[in-house]
Amino acid sequence: MKLTVWTYEGPPHVGAMRVATGMKGLHYVLHAPQGDTYADLLFTMIERRNHRPPVTYTTFQARDLGADTAHLFKDAAQEAYERFRPQAMIVGASCTAELIQDDPGGLAETMGLPIPVIPLELPSYQRKENFGADETFFQIVRALAQPMDRTTGISANLIGPTALGFRHRDDIEEVTRLLGQMGIAVNVVAPMNAAPADIARMGAAHFNVLMYPETAETAARWCEKTLGQPYTKTVPIGVGATRDFIAEVQAITGIDRAPDESRLRFPWWSASVDSTYLTGKRVFLFGDATHVRAAARIARDEMGFEVVRLGCYNREFARPIRALAKEFGVEALITDDYLEVEAAIEAAAPEMILGTQMERHIGKRLGIPCAVISAPVHVQDFPARYSPQMGFEGANVIFDTWVHPLVMGLEEHLLTMFREDFEFHDAAGASHHGAKAVLRDIAAGGQDDPSPKDRPEFSQKTREVPMPEAPHMAKDGGAVIWLADAEKELRKIPFFVRGKAKRNTEKFAAERGVAEISIDTLYEAKAHYAR
Amino acid sequence: MTDQTPMPPERGCRATPVLKERGQHEVFCGLTGIIWLHRKMQDAFFLVVGSRTCAHLLQSAAGVMIFAEPRFGTAILEEKDLAGLADANEELDREVARLLSRRPDIRQLFLVGSCPSEVIKLDLARAAERLSAIHAPNVRVLNYSGSGIETTFTQGEDACLAAMVPVLPETQEKELLLVGALPDVVEDQALSLLEQLGIGPVRCLPARRAADDPAVGPNTVFALTQPFLGDTHAALIRRGARHIAAPFPFGEEGTTAWLAAVAAEFGVSAERFEAVTAAPRARARKAIAAQAAELQGKRIFFFPDSQLEIPLARFLTRECGMEAVEVGAPFIHQAVVGPDLDLLAEGPVIAEGQDVDRQLDRCRAARPDLTVCGLGLANPLEAEGLATKWAIELVFTPVHFYEQAGDLAGLFSRPLRRRAILNVEAAE
Repeated sequence: MKLTVWTYEGPPHVGAMRVATGMKGLHYVLHAPQGDTYADLLFTMIERRNHRPPVTYTTFQARDLGADTAHLFKDAAQEAYERFRPQAMIVGASCTAELIQDDPGGLAETMGLPIPVIPLELPSYQRKENFGADETFFQIVRALAQPMDRTTGISANLIGPTALGFRHRDDIEEVTRLLGQMGIAVNVVAPMNAAPADIARMGAAHFNVLMYPETAETAARWCEKTLGQPYTKTVPIGVGATRDFIAEVQAITGIDRAPDESRLRFPWWSASVDSTYLTGKRVFLFGDATHVRAAARIARDEMGFEVVRLGCYNREFARPIRALAKEFGVEALITDDYLEVEAAIEAAAPEMILGTQMERHIGKRLGIPCAVISAPVHVQDFPARYSPQMGFEGANVIFDTWVHPLVMGLEEHLLTMFREDFEFHDAAGASHHGAKAVLRDIAAGGQDDPSPKDRPEFSQKTREVPMPEAPHMAKDGGAVIWLADAEKELRKIPFFVRGKAKRNTEKFAAERGVAEISIDTLYEAKAHYAR
Repeated sequence: MTDQTPMPPERGCRATPVLKERGQHEVFCGLTGIIWLHRKMQDAFFLVVGSRTCAHLLQSAAGVMIFAEPRFGTAILEEKDLAGLADANEELDREVARLLSRRPDIRQLFLVGSCPSEVIKLDLARAAERLSAIHAPNVRVLNYSGSGIETTFTQGEDACLAAMVPVLPETQEKELLLVGALPDVVEDQALSLLEQLGIGPVRCLPARRAADDPAVGPNTVFALTQPFLGDTHAALIRRGARHIAAPFPFGEEGTTAWLAAVAAEFGVSAERFEAVTAAPRARARKAIAAQAAELQGKRIFFFPDSQLEIPLARFLTRECGMEAVEVGAPFIHQAVVGPDLDLLAEGPVIAEGQDVDRQLDRCRAARPDLTVCGLGLANPLEAEGLATKWAIELVFTPVHFYEQAGDLAGLFSRPLRRRAILNVEAAE
């Protein structure tokens, strides 16, 4: 039993729903109690879908449990077939139905429906949403795809995009365009927008583009083995990764045409002098493994940030993420515990978070800017405008998205120079953001920083500073204490670097066995860490 | 009653044969009630013993995540808990101990049963007793089921309140008990109206804090403020309390009838009743009139959701001039919504339970001007050209009593007004 407040992933049958809802002509009969229909609103509200997910829930109740729940399932499956006339059906159980062991797959088989019925075994008490999507897509592909003649021209399947995916809609368009400019046709996109009949002709493609390993890696491996289709290993998110992806496609296909780069603005936007202020910004990365991997490379190599910690919530990818963290010289954070992520962010005191909607809220609480790079999704992650993450336009989008939450170059300097100004101070926030500025109380000498995060830490009344994170220990084992003057000086440092300054100074003091931090310690530490 | 209130219909819907349906239910389970109950009861924590699905529902149901540390969580059952029950109890004790040590402000803890915990027959009643003994007197531990196999949406609140009734202290006093979780602002308005009428003492269930829990006994009379409290109604009657049956306090007419029933019980004079209610009644009528112009003559179709459907249909047909086509409710408790059924003129289909696909067929055939439905159906129906009102907003918005009557009508007129003002056609 594990106490959970917020979850990064839903149960595995929600993953199966993401596949079914993305597809056309497929119906999912889910043995589930009343209430599990809540999952419909993920698609109709968050993604604004204009159709109900193609899911029939058997809706068994307590009074059915003593009697026959199996016939409920069969009736529901029969009615769903007659009403919706799908090309194929997937059948399975949600967490509760798994416990009553009705075996939906076996029941459906006895019904003799004239369409393929694909049983799903999704262990609800062990696995989660991404597994559910990956396994469901794999089972559908395994049941329906056949080896067949390749298309005359070189073609690819794009696999992995699902309903409720982070920017999947626009990534499909961008990757299709990239391939098109190389002279490669798209054979099938799946599961998104594919009908079972389309899955059946996946074998005609020369190779697969594995867009999201989280949802299609098992299917990609199966296609490689059974259909002889190689698949791409690079996910084209970021400038470098997109170029690597193109090289990989060229190697697979023998095509040497490259896509047009004339609309790629990211490299110049990043190189232009206005972006100098981005240098060495300390960023914390958390999300699904694929997006974190891509973001780490963009952050370090293309934005000039410093990655202070990275991690993912999907344990299936723990190994590659640990390897990536090692390459970046940081410790990997592999957890699906929201409180653990929050504690890790607080301890790392980054200047920016690149995370999910969960980290956006953590950032809000801690006063750290955050850009969203990964699922789990929120209604804001389905913008009306074209907003891919992949390809060259995706890189442009990422540059804008990541820069937006930050206080910009010259404004940052002004805040540093005139840090006591009563209306243009750091608690007022970046000037291009919508939130209402908080005026300082002039009578209080402009000293009272209303930032909620800092207030309890730097109470005027005590000389000891209570630390939210584990305090650094001086060599004699005692906690490092901030003297009042140093504390006051620290508060003059703008909020977006204050966390770093505080942390560096404490580390500096602890390493030297200094028990009390004075103004001198603060500036000695600053000199020590100066780049 | 003034001359502006329409006469009760010649034939109401109390005797209308109910269309009973079963099939796919497109409704939330009772766990959803935690979303508002944990805000209402400020020293309570709701611990769902369930699966990842339960946790995912709770964070998805409200459409938002409440990131001020929520006073609810899910103890997610894992493979090893399913293997042996003794183990699950130990695990639960450990998680509760950890939780309470982290949140010393918690005074009542609800262990909330879910579909998986019910199916594996995890005995949460015994667990609650055991944990109460361990953590008394600081924390009282109660249990109820919010599982989808037993409860529909607002029935979760009913189950929670019904679980509290047996442990409420005993009293011989004649007291009025208001039953149902209301937004604080609305509860304060109700208390103020009752005070002006000279009715008291008045207690509320649930109380905002455990220390303020009401007592109950043979001289308690209670009035429900929510129509979905059938089990709580029964539990209070078992404690000897007496129910004041009345239409629910939605709209001017409903509020007046509800107050009048309570006032009659407490012997309030007609003059005093008139003096206290005249001004807010006039305000409510004016506020409703401003919205009703858009609702007049429009046809409305209710999918079952919160059990508010029958009282709301009564309000919309009698005070806003709408015509009800179908009024679906997950359950119909005659003893609770009978007075509202009496006032709802014969005509609409009254449906209980659901087979969502068949109901959608009826809805599409009827082409109502406004459909009240859950979030899973709203956008798909809008895309088919049918205007919708999300039912969940009716539970999450202050809608009771006089001062909210206009807002309540506004919830229904806004989707119609919005459709009327949107114009993305080229100007030609």
